[in-house]
Amino acid sequence: MPAIEVENLGRTYRVYQKKEGLFASLRGLVHREYREIQAVRDVNFTIDDGEMVAFLGPNGAGKTTTLKLLSGLIVPTSGTATVLGHVPWKREDAYRRRFSLVTGQKEQLWWDLPAQESFRLHKEIYRVSWDDYRHRLDELTELLEVQHLMGQPVRELSLGERMRMELIAALLHRPDVLFLDEPTIGLDVVSQRNVQKFLLKYQKEQGITVILTSHYMKDVEALCDRAIVINKGTVVHDGLLDDIVDRFSQHKIIELHLASGDSPHGIEQYGVVLEDRPPMLRLQVEKQKVSQVLSRLLAEYVIEDVSVSERPLEDVIAELFASDHRSER
Amino acid sequence: MSVSGPQPLSFRDGVVASVRVKWLILKTAMEERLVYRGDFAFATLVRFLPIVTQIFLWNAIFSGDTQRQLNGYSYAGMVSYYLLVMLARAFSSMPGLANGIAMSVRDGSVRKYLLQPVDMLDYLFWHRIAHKLVYYAIATGPFALVFWLCRDYLPAWPQTLVLYAWIASLLMAFLVGFLIETLIGLVSFWFLEVSSLIFIYMMMSYFLSGHMIPLEWIADWIPWVYYLPFKYLAYFPAAVLLGRVPLESLPLELGVQAGWIVVLFVLNRVAFHYGVRRYGAFGG
Repeated sequence: MPAIEVENLGRTYRVYQKKEGLFASLRGLVHREYREIQAVRDVNFTIDDGEMVAFLGPNGAGKTTTLKLLSGLIVPTSGTATVLGHVPWKREDAYRRRFSLVTGQKEQLWWDLPAQESFRLHKEIYRVSWDDYRHRLDELTELLEVQHLMGQPVRELSLGERMRMELIAALLHRPDVLFLDEPTIGLDVVSQRNVQKFLLKYQKEQGITVILTSHYMKDVEALCDRAIVINKGTVVHDGLLDDIVDRFSQHKIIELHLASGDSPHGIEQYGVVLEDRPPMLRLQVEKQKVSQVLSRLLAEYVIEDVSVSERPLEDVIAELFASDHRSER
Repeated sequence: MSVSGPQPLSFRDGVVASVRVKWLILKTAMEERLVYRGDFAFATLVRFLPIVTQIFLWNAIFSGDTQRQLNGYSYAGMVSYYLLVMLARAFSSMPGLANGIAMSVRDGSVRKYLLQPVDMLDYLFWHRIAHKLVYYAIATGPFALVFWLCRDYLPAWPQTLVLYAWIASLLMAFLVGFLIETLIGLVSFWFLEVSSLIFIYMMMSYFLSGHMIPLEWIADWIPWVYYLPFKYLAYFPAAVLLGRVPLESLPLELGVQAGWIVVLFVLNRVAFHYGVRRYGAFGG
């Protein structure tokens, strides 16, 4: 049975359009113009029990709105969704005990108190038994390496430390579904990697269902096999992460190691030179021309080694979203 | 993991679990309150200054004449009225409550109450009780001192029935104050900024609750002042203890106060229900 089912989900916002200047502000007191923004429209997908899926899309694509809908923070304007058999926006306690939403903001911890006080309160709110509580807290603090910070007021923790505490608060009741909205935003590389490693291990062990949004493709590649790409409120791709490159990238990369140490003349006619560090050279070539270009390169230059690879996911995604921005203008 | 959830608790276990949550909110909020103990103690003590200046002010108004009557209040009667009003305000005033709700709606931290299996108003209620308990722990000493210093102005010890009515009116004053402020706070689901609304409420309640002057003085111009809920914030508990409410009308008056609590409670629930549906119109 799927853990999450989303059908034709849509959400429209009405936003006040304010023109520039004081006069416009005064006019706004009497008459206001509103614009409807379709943050999410006709979104459909199903996520199975125990899957870890990435939500990708540019800023304002509708990722966060979808997560807000699935966690019951907002009500849709059309369509339906069920998570673990519950309609999220009914906000039944039975549902709220079984999921967590983690965002990069301060969310659940009491600012002036040590995190352990918030955890104790969570224990009661989520009705976790003493045995489970002690066991999970030990496990989570060890995995996230925060044992020594338990007695320190949250406001005195660094961003990375606080994020790890937020994760503990979100996982103490062992949710069956976890929504992660940019969980590593603002973290340094080491903390990012720690959180990634932790999430991967935890998800494998617990078999929980996870939706992750992140701008860091490293996060996504490390954690998810499947990706749902959302753009302008609709799903444009739902499938394996690797297929994104296949489907959206029109180019491949050819890496050459030339016998001579000089940059070869006339190489630009075969593709875009990405890197020219003799004797190594990297060329971006249109997909359908790869074999043709390769045979001509081998005929024309003395080449010691050659390899063909896909473009990095990050570049493909960036290009996908950038081309979209261009077409909007 | 399974897609079906855990078994729901029995009614009795459910009640026990919910009492434990309330207790822990109370306990945690008290700890939080005590973090800034220096600032808190100072603020509490400073709140006694107006009492002293007000007593001097009334002394000047009565020109030190202890026999003089102003609209049915002697100087001693005025001082005791004022002290009892201050005591009632210690129950009914809710510093920062409405503003806190508005801020949490604006900065998004209100999500906590929507995501977790808690009831926002219940959570805020126990949070506020914690504030009050810590406040009383610190303020009882100064209050006792002021009452002792003014002991000559105070009326004779009231009869037991009046004392009970007074205690009931104080506890209900807390509820009336709490529910009015949460209601104003919930308006922020519609209008993000409610500080002017709070300001208007503060001004009105200072006047209409009898905090500034006894309500009998206002009733000449605004006869319907007795029908508003504000009088229960300050005037009513003081009037009960001073014997200004006839014994036979005590049950009715307390009943009306309880009625206001029910009305305000229902309004809060309705506002929360519709407000949360409005929420989310802000931000993508």
